[in-house]
Amino acid sequence: MSELTTDRQIDRSKMTVSDEIAVEIINMNKWYGTFHVLRDINLTVNSGERIVIAGPSGSGKSTLIRCINRLEEHQSGKIIVDGTELSSDLKNIDKIRSDVGMCFQHFNLFPHLTILENCTLAPIWVRKTPRKEAIDTAMHFLEKVRIPDQANKYPGQLSGGQQQRVAIARSLCMRPRIMLFDEPTSALDPEMIKEVLDTMIELAEEGMTMLCVTHEMGFARQVANRVIFMDQGQIVEQNEPEEFFNNPKSERTKLFLSQILGH
Amino acid sequence: MTTITDPPKQQFRLSMLIYDTRYRSATIQVVALIAFMLLAAWLIDNTARNMMLLGKTINFGFFGEPASYDINQRLLDYTSRDTHLRAALIGLLNTLVVAILGCATATAVGVLVGVLRLSHNWLIARLMTIYVEMFRNVPVLLWIVFIMAIMIETLPAPSAFRGDNATASMLLGDTVALTNRGIYIPEALFSRSLGDIHFFGASSLRFDVSLDLIAFLIVLGAGLWASHRIKRRADRMQEETGNRPTTWYLRVGVVLVPVVILLVALGFHLGYPELKGFNFSGGTHLRNSLIALWLALSLYTAAFIAEIVRAGILAISNGQTEAAAALGLRPGRVMRLVILPQALRVIVPPLISQYLNLTKNSSLAIAVGYMDITGTLGGITMNQTGKELECVLLLMLIYLIISLSISGVMNWYNESVKLKER
Ligand SMILES: Nc1ncnc2c1ncn2[C@@H]1O[C@H](COP(=O)(O)OP(=O)(O)O)[C@@H](O)[C@H]1O
Ligand SMILES: [Mg+2]
Repeated sequence: MSELTTDRQIDRSKMTVSDEIAVEIINMNKWYGTFHVLRDINLTVNSGERIVIAGPSGSGKSTLIRCINRLEEHQSGKIIVDGTELSSDLKNIDKIRSDVGMCFQHFNLFPHLTILENCTLAPIWVRKTPRKEAIDTAMHFLEKVRIPDQANKYPGQLSGGQQQRVAIARSLCMRPRIMLFDEPTSALDPEMIKEVLDTMIELAEEGMTMLCVTHEMGFARQVANRVIFMDQGQIVEQNEPEEFFNNPKSERTKLFLSQILGH
Repeated sequence: MTTITDPPKQQFRLSMLIYDTRYRSATIQVVALIAFMLLAAWLIDNTARNMMLLGKTINFGFFGEPASYDINQRLLDYTSRDTHLRAALIGLLNTLVVAILGCATATAVGVLVGVLRLSHNWLIARLMTIYVEMFRNVPVLLWIVFIMAIMIETLPAPSAFRGDNATASMLLGDTVALTNRGIYIPEALFSRSLGDIHFFGASSLRFDVSLDLIAFLIVLGAGLWASHRIKRRADRMQEETGNRPTTWYLRVGVVLVPVVILLVALGFHLGYPELKGFNFSGGTHLRNSLIALWLALSLYTAAFIAEIVRAGILAISNGQTEAAAALGLRPGRVMRLVILPQALRVIVPPLISQYLNLTKNSSLAIAVGYMDITGTLGGITMNQTGKELECVLLLMLIYLIISLSISGVMNWYNESVKLKER
């Protein structure tokens, strides 16, 4: 895994953590059938926090962030997003999903729609934005991720890095207050990882609340204000990046870090 | 410095025709074409010579002669004094009726079963699996005969509906009778009818078209067009303001109200089947043969369509549903805006072959005595006139034309839903 991801200077002026709570998870448990995937998760995320979630494969990182926008259902405990507690109530789910954006490892762009249509679909059908306005918003965010000239192409015509940036723009078009990333760079070639990470850094610089599952430890060091280590469905350790990398407390974290950092 | 050089000249050797990738495919095609033409020439020559020996000539004159056989299920008027041409026409219409009814029913059942097979409800999913496996693993001919046999064996004879101690009774408020001779349903009648227009006088191709029907179709068409305009207006409103006005009642109303007014004006009423003597009269009589053929072909083909639909939906990765859901789209919208447009592209091409199969399988009609084009032109007419070659060639041509028309329409549809990727 790459240690340093970017050489650019990071502007920390807007990366402020407020007192407002964005996500609160209390004693949350989840099972797949009889398999206990998540055990007693407690986590509070304040607005403006950039959290990196790390841990070995199969430790439940994806499941955890997928519970936050209810792609997965939890069986006990509470998840409160922006003051709304997650339940099976459709209205609740609608509200939370329009507040929380998500990017996936495999981008999951809609291949039958153009880049622009990918970005305007949800604003038009969910937010009921007039088409003109939705297009303006989409172009604004496509410019931000630096691919406005590809707007009328189809996802299949773009490189992986470009597709992931479109996926980020597509989420941003819904003006989310929280962004979830599930290994956004794991499916990318090394030279494309940087362009996606740069986009994510810009997002962080604007004060977006972010929860990222990633193996990019350089990104964690530079951007995150907190790193969470998960193993076997539990949060084993969480700390500021500096402490987390230089002074890990649990044995499992040490083992994981030595494997992932290769020394 | 660049020097001008000729590309190395290659000597052409005969073996290159076979081993060189540049010529190989052309060689194979030329050889295949020559072989095919030789075979065709031999077949035609052989046939012509043998027919000459038998004293037969290719001649379609028999079409003008009286057919002198009966056809019991028919859309146009026909008596045994009519010509073979008219008999063939009646048969062709019967083929088209069962093909169209079959394709429509098979699609509806197939899509429903295909979606239900993916249901999370264990019982429903299993039941659908049993249905699919039962129908697609038994030859369709057996299903046709089986359904026919069940109807003849289990349904009451018309006489059972008679008398004070009748053992059978009509269904749905005495409007429908299920008998072992077929099903009698109400027919549409008009007390202030506009009458018919007659085409082609008294020739073999004569047919009547009801003006009532034409009026109905025109009003219905206009209603649908207006409804479409309302939808377009709603689309535009959504584009401009973001809010989609609720229009479904307007859209339904604009279709229904004029149609109802027309029907009232024409004095529309239903003619019910009634028991007269030993049989029912009035209403429309659907013979067992038609029903058995229609049901068996539809259910059999639906089993295949169900698998195609299921595969089409499964082919779209779960990631698409998740991405759409994460953006806040509700499940119905996800299906309509994201999954179906992609699934259709996988579903339509194999669907075409199922429609073609159903149409061709309808020639099994002969097993239950439903007089389709194979039963008339390729059956009794052929036997009576001895014109095998003419009849079979014509039959093949007719099925070819029907099949190519289906393919044409469906390919056009497929083109319009195709994924535009590059
Ligand atoms: N839909 C599912 N059904 C059953 N088990 C699952 C499902 N999804 C994930 N799992 C299991 O849950 C565990 C955690 O998965 P995941 O959250 O994807 O881990 P990570 O993202 O940390 O690699 C794994 O052991 C995985 O096999
Ligand atoms: Mg994962």
